[in-house]
Amino acid sequence: MSKEKLIEKVLMLLAFSAIGSLLLITVFIFLEGLPIILQTGVGNFIFGAHWAPTKGHFGILAMILSSIYVTLGAMIFGVPLALACAIILAEFAPRRLTRILKPTIELLAGIPSVVYGFLGVVLLVPLIRTHLGGPGLSLLAASLILGIMILPTVISISIDAINAVPNIYREGSIALGATQWQTVRKLVLPAARSGIITAVILGMGRAIGETMAVIMVAGNALKIPTSILDPVRTLTANIALELGYASGAHREALFATGIVLFIIIMILNTTATLITGRK
Amino acid sequence: MTSSRRYYSLLVVWFVIVATVWLAPACGKRDRHSQTLTVAGSTSVQPFAEKLAEIYMRYHPELLINVQGGGSSAGIMAVQQRAAAIGASSRELYPGEKHLHETVIAWDGIVIIVNPALGLDNLSLKELRQIFAGQITDWAALGLPPHGIHVITREEGSGTRTAFEELVMKKKEITQGALVQDSNGAVREIVATDPHAIGYISYGLVNKQVKALAVDGVKPSCANIKKGDYTLTRRFLFLTLEKPEGVAKDFNEFVLGPGGQGILEKEGLIGVQ
Repeated sequence: MSKEKLIEKVLMLLAFSAIGSLLLITVFIFLEGLPIILQTGVGNFIFGAHWAPTKGHFGILAMILSSIYVTLGAMIFGVPLALACAIILAEFAPRRLTRILKPTIELLAGIPSVVYGFLGVVLLVPLIRTHLGGPGLSLLAASLILGIMILPTVISISIDAINAVPNIYREGSIALGATQWQTVRKLVLPAARSGIITAVILGMGRAIGETMAVIMVAGNALKIPTSILDPVRTLTANIALELGYASGAHREALFATGIVLFIIIMILNTTATLITGRK
Repeated sequence: MTSSRRYYSLLVVWFVIVATVWLAPACGKRDRHSQTLTVAGSTSVQPFAEKLAEIYMRYHPELLINVQGGGSSAGIMAVQQRAAAIGASSRELYPGEKHLHETVIAWDGIVIIVNPALGLDNLSLKELRQIFAGQITDWAALGLPPHGIHVITREEGSGTRTAFEELVMKKKEITQGALVQDSNGAVREIVATDPHAIGYISYGLVNKQVKALAVDGVKPSCANIKKGDYTLTRRFLFLTLEKPEGVAKDFNEFVLGPGGQGILEKEGLIGVQ
């Protein structure tokens, strides 16, 4: 066997070991979490609003809703900002500026989430508490922080999608007398739509999976929120908060929370892949 | 050709590093300790037990003390099944467990804290219970300027929360609207910054940023906890199957002696001597 073939085999093995560990993780969390879901009943587990695991109540509805609200909130704050940023950088800004700004924005992704959480606690939470009321640690705080955290993901994928639109389209449109903004709005954005939707969905995945920053600013209360100033607990926060002390059924219930999260993220990622694939 | 050789050597180096990192800890340790002592149980006691073990082992290098968590009940069970020589518990023994030999190593007080700006000094146990159960939701009910109460609790399963539930809540559940934080420090931080918050932390962690409330008129102080006047306290226990012997006895004596008690008091507990 030639050296090249051997190296190819080794690399292949390494690639499969990555898939193997994914498989192991999947099997493990399902083995650990499924018994308690079946014991509680799928309906009671997902639609029960009472979570008191050491007293035998395993309902995670409040956390599912909180995760959804926080993610939607992050989308509302983050996506318009990210899209505006991507359009400016890809279509309007001079090359030189783009070359400085894009890496800077991507640097945002490298900031550890605990730093975002800390800034949230120190700056954002007191602002919300004094000016809007409530304890400050809230759905609103979590949404704002996550809105910023998803920016790099959404911006860089959107820029790639916009850049992938062939220049001939733009030239044709300008030649027909359209302004640059009309070209972007009526032509470039629709042509880049699937890429932009993918960017948004991947941003959603990032938001729903974020843990540390959310634990720090969301307040982690178990009630179903009725206002954006209420404290909330997301699925990820629930696992990270309680795993340290959990044993027995409580531990299983946390793995079961992981299963629900896993399924939600799988659905999001599959949707993103399908949309990109269709293009 | 040269580049493929370089890949090879890189690969070899990588394997060697991985192998070394994995195997190294397995080799060196063998037979350095002639005796081991396992302490298992309460996660509240664990950090203190680790500290005690660390310092004790410094003077007794032949002994390896293995400190494990798992919770008080797990520790009690481990002692009964002889899986651990010493069980650590932050709760009292149930009637079925009374045959174990218990040594009180320290007291811990649970202190109710509020922001100094709130202007509250004292709560009755009943009021405290009603606040944490969500029955009193406004400070106006206690004669203070009207504002919603921000209740802060610890996560389910935490030793401090378990003790608080036993001592204050009795059979009532803590309100679902309570904010949940995962450490004493985080609870204190919120209470220090939010003038309408109320929370509970371990006695040793109270500082000037927050105000410790008297409960039923009794202030949480070292003297009041030792006298038993301040009721929100729990005992930290070391449990053995019989009267401790050998290394377990030596370790127990160290913990109860001036060295061990000094460490525990420095870490914020109240000593038993």
